[in-house]
This record gives sequence, structure tokens and C-alpha cells, in this order.
Amino acid sequence: MPITIKNLPKEEITLQPGHAACPGCPIGIGLRIVGKVLGKKTVIVIPACCTSIVQGPYPYSAVKVPLVNVIFAASAAVASGIAGAFEAQGIKDAHVVVWAGDGGTADIGLQALSGAAERNDNIIYICYDNEAYMNTGIQRSGSTPYKAWTTTTITGKTEFKKNMPAIIAQHRVPYVATASIGYPLDFAEKLQKASKIKGFKYIHLLAPCPVGWRFDPSLTAEMGKLAVLTGLWPLYEVEYGVFKLTGVSLSLVDKDKRVPLEKYLRLQGRFKHITDEDIKIYEEYVDQLWRALKDLHGKRIV
Amino acid sequence: MSTYKVLTGNYAVAYGVKLCKPQVIAAYPITPQTSIVEKLSEFVEKGELKAKMLRVESEHSAMAAVIGAAIAGARTFTATSSQGLLYMHEGVWMAAGARLPIVMAIVTRAIFPPWSIWTDHGDLLDQRDTGWMICMAEDNQEVIDMIIQAYKIAEDERVLLPIMVGLDAFILSHTATPIEIPDEDLVDSYLPRPGETLSYLKISFDNPLTYYNLAFPDSYMEFRYQIHEAMNRAKRVIEEADEKYHKLTGRKYGGLVDTYRCNDAEVVIVSMGASTGDTKEAADKLRDEGYKVGVLRLRFIRPFPEEKLKEILSNKKLVIVIDRAISLGKGGILYTEVASVLHKNDGRTPIIRGYLTGLGGRDITVSDIIKMVRKATSLFEKGELTHGWEWFKLRKEVVM
Repeated sequence: MPITIKNLPKEEITLQPGHAACPGCPIGIGLRIVGKVLGKKTVIVIPACCTSIVQGPYPYSAVKVPLVNVIFAASAAVASGIAGAFEAQGIKDAHVVVWAGDGGTADIGLQALSGAAERNDNIIYICYDNEAYMNTGIQRSGSTPYKAWTTTTITGKTEFKKNMPAIIAQHRVPYVATASIGYPLDFAEKLQKASKIKGFKYIHLLAPCPVGWRFDPSLTAEMGKLAVLTGLWPLYEVEYGVFKLTGVSLSLVDKDKRVPLEKYLRLQGRFKHITDEDIKIYEEYVDQLWRALKDLHGKRIV
Repeated sequence: MSTYKVLTGNYAVAYGVKLCKPQVIAAYPITPQTSIVEKLSEFVEKGELKAKMLRVESEHSAMAAVIGAAIAGARTFTATSSQGLLYMHEGVWMAAGARLPIVMAIVTRAIFPPWSIWTDHGDLLDQRDTGWMICMAEDNQEVIDMIIQAYKIAEDERVLLPIMVGLDAFILSHTATPIEIPDEDLVDSYLPRPGETLSYLKISFDNPLTYYNLAFPDSYMEFRYQIHEAMNRAKRVIEEADEKYHKLTGRKYGGLVDTYRCNDAEVVIVSMGASTGDTKEAADKLRDEGYKVGVLRLRFIRPFPEEKLKEILSNKKLVIVIDRAISLGKGGILYTEVASVLHKNDGRTPIIRGYLTGLGGRDITVSDIIKMVRKATSLFEKGELTHGWEWFKLRKEVVM
């Protein structure tokens, strides 16, 4: 049965009211879905990231499942250790989840992540990608997109973002998926699928940040949708090596069905300075991406 | 019945760990620690040790993985050396801050650059402020015995802190000597059941906790205070663990410090690690020459045996400290630590002389130690010896 808003549990399993997120923060959407899909037997491992703050300070906590804060570079390895202990203790029905930002995933945490993926350790790794170091005040990461303003790229980043899901897929793990805060049920279904697979699962969740991307906090979900509808952030999964477009992205192979990129970019203050030429470069990037995706759909890629 | 085997220090570690039945082991290879991990992997693959073996991609992840496993309530083990220990350093701090009774063997090795695979104590002593208990063995028998005692001490509810068991590269790690391996039942009766400690704090779905979130300035200091207090309590626990082990095995090491011919000694040599064997031999020879020499071996550098040092050394004439590590820009580390607790305002502090030597595996021989003592005592008798430290066996001619 597909997941709908109606059949997701009403109870908040992870994040409770009173947490410390900014208005419009995508973490409030994403982390709650994690709890609603995976349930109470879920441990969440969190490296230094926005969620370090969102969860609330000692001696309080807005999270109702076991949550372990860890050193920045090591979340996947800590999760491997927890999963290893559960295995040694005969605990089989619990989920070990890493909930890490893009810096903790694509940059400083990449080595531990790659190690855990290569060992196929039994964890679900979720990168909530807000495309910069937002918790420290919007600095460029390896996941920041081309031309985006950050406080360390004030004229716009000159490189494109690192393709993390592809990197992890090449580790031959059983499950890799992309998701977007704009499509919470697609994310929920992917989480559910991941929860039933033994081994290493990776979900890369695009998480538009109103503060860092410079858009109105009421537009978080809209931004998450536009990222997908423009074709810039395709929704897909790689299950046991087979690539499939999912959800709304299935209908975006035809370029004419995609929303013009400019609409997405112009809504965000971080792209305020972007030129028509930059937009052309972006369009070429998306076209090239989709030429590749069209060929991949339904095929074994690893 | 205990068994006897001829084992290297590294295999002594592995056999000791096997007896303690850790549930999760995570490690990354580095010379000269490697054969510990190899042997443990072999035990696991042959089914002789039922543990989850995580062959991780770095020392940083090795420490992180045992941290995760320990939070989940598992008994854990890891081992490293030198660069590996430095690379996992932030995890080392986390393990102590998180109050996880992790046991880690450190095969002491000099730090790069330049490359060196031989022993000195710079890597181990770099960890002094982390909140780990730090001890150092003298021989391979003590290595296996200390691994077992380490779990006893770390998992004691009065302590709940991680512990490093040090052994000198090659001098112990790769040198085989006859060892008595305790019986499994004996170790079972000595240690808590694996995973029993911390049961009220481990990850639980019935009692979900948030671990280590943001502490404001009104609460951070108290966490540090509690670790320091646990260190102070550990002093008693270390002695108790040694006494209980003595009852079971007949072997006793002295707890925080090991003393040799100290009672009537006028001169005491303070040392740490494998070179203490040579130091004791030197003391015997010097005694034959009429020097009233004893040896005090620091078994633990954290918690620092301040009271023991005061008790044993305060009334001696001369304390000679042999250092195998330097705090660059300050001096011999053990010298500094020992001197810091012996100074009194009554003018009766023994003269404390440090000799800094043995870096990067340079030998510290019996005759070296005899030379140190002769030199120091001769100056002392002339009234020319002052508090301080000096290099020993430094090849000054090559740095001119």
C-alpha cells in the first residue's frame, strides 16, 4: 500500500513540538517523517550539523528516540559500531540511522561514510542536504551548487556540487535514493523500502534552507518541489544496482515538461547575482544530466 | 588451569582481549600494532572469539565505531600506535567525555616526521589531558594481565572511563617471552559479564535518551569535574583490581606504581615502560657498587599517582627521572609531572634530575642508566646538582 498523509502515524516519534529549528526549516519536515516511517526502535546518530541545535540543549531534548551526538567526521563509523553491537547482542528489529548534513556527508564525513558503505554495514544513512554549512553561518561545502553565494564564496561558487548518491551507488550497496523535502511521501516510501533491506542504505534528501538560500520561510516545500520539477534534482533510486527514476521525475525526461530553471534560481537570494550566461551553463548541466538519466532508467548501473 | 605460551607483546594483548570477550572490536592496521588486529581477526574467523569485528577504514573510524558500540552497551576493544592515535584524537576525547569504558592497547611508537616505527612515549603521553586512564606495561606478562585488569578498572561503576594499555614497540610488541595465560573461568569470575556495565545508560528504546547535546556554560564545567572526580576514585579501584587479581593469579604489580628496592634507597630512578627492566638491573649493579638505589615505575600516568609519589619519594635525597618523550619547548614530560608534585616549601624537596633519552627507539641500556646515576650522584655529592633535566645520549655532533 502506498504511503499517504493519512496512513502515516499521527504521533510524533522523533522531533517534538518546542524544538529549536528556524522558521521554515526543512529538518522539521524530514526528521519527523523518519520517525513516522521507522518507528520507535530507531537510533539516530547526528554529527555536528543544524540538528545539533534543532534537538534542543542539555538538559532538554526535543527528540523522543535515542539520539547520539557524535564527532563531525565519524557519524557513519559510530553508526557501524552501534549496528555491530546490536548484531552482537541479537537485536534485529532496530534501525540505526545517520542523520547528517551535507558537510558531514560530502566533505568531512566522506571517509567514514565510504568505509561503512563498502563494508555494507546495516545502517540507513540520510544526508539532509541544505547545500552549505548552515549551522556555522552559510559557508560553502562540496555540496553547494554552482554560482551559489555563501559567506565563503561571496561572488558565487565556481564549481558544481559533488554527486554523492552516485558516489555511494558505486560502492555496490543494496539501496541508494534521492529525495526532496518537496515530496515527503516519496521520501517516506524510500525510507520504508530502506528499512526492509539489510545492509547499507543511503538516502540523499534535498533540504532547502530559507536562511542560507535566502528565500521566504513559507516557500520551503515549494523550493523542494521546484528543484525536482526543473530537473536539477532528479528523484531516483538504485536498488541492488538497478537505476530507476521515481515519482514526478519519471515524467521529466521530456525537456518540455520541466519547469524553466530560472524560476527556481530567481526565487533564491543566493543566486541574485546570477547572469543569463550562468543560467545557460546551468541549463546545459541539466540537459546533460538528463541525457544520462534517460539511458540509465531501468538499467543495472553497478 | 592456566596455560603457558611463548608470546610477543602483541599476541599477549590479543590473548588477553580474547579472554575478556569483547562484543565489538574495531581496528585499523598500523606498524607496530598490526599483529594484534591480525590475531584477533583470526580468533574471530576461527570462531574462538564471538565478536563483531569491524575492519574499518581509519583509526578515526576505529575509535568512532567502538564509541558507538559502547554506547549501545557492548564491551569493546581497539588498538593503535603513533599516527593512528593522533588521527583518532578527537574520538579519544569523546570516549572519555561520554564515559565509555573502552579498552585500547597502544603500542608506543615515535611520531612523524621523520618516519620512525620504533618506540618512544610521545604518542601515549600526548593523551594525558583526554580523560583516559593511561598505563604502561613493563613486560609481556604484565601486558596480558593489564588488558584483563583494564576492563575491571574501566567498567567499575565508580570509574566508567576508557583506558589505554601501553607497551613499547618491538621491545615488547615483537619480542616473544614465556607467558602464563590465565584460565577463562578465572577471568570470567574476575570481570563483570560483558555488556553488564552501563546497562542503565546504554541505548534503550524504552528509555530513549539524547546523548551529548549542547551544554551551556552553566553546565559544561560540571561534566569535566565529574570526570576528574572519577579519575581520583580510579586510584583506589586500580589498587583493588591489582589486589583481587593477585588473589586469583598470584601476580601483583603494585597498582599505580611498581617499586623496586625503594625502602632504604637514597636515590630513586623513576621510569616507565619496558626499559624499567634494564633500570632494575642497573639498580642491582649500582647497589653492588654501594649506591643505595631504588626504582619507581610509573604504571599509571593518568590518574597520576601524586600521593604515592609524595609518600615514596619525598624523603629521598635524589630522584632521577628517565623520559622517553618530550614536550617540545618545555622538557621531559615525566620529569615535569614528577617535579610538579614533589616540590614543597620546606626546602627539603629531593633534588629532581631528568634525563631525556630513548626518542625514536634509541636504546636505553643498563650501562646508560648506570652512567646517569653515577653522573647525578657525583654532582649531587659535590653540591652541584640542581633541579632540571638534560638530554642524554644525544648525538650533538650531528646537529652542529
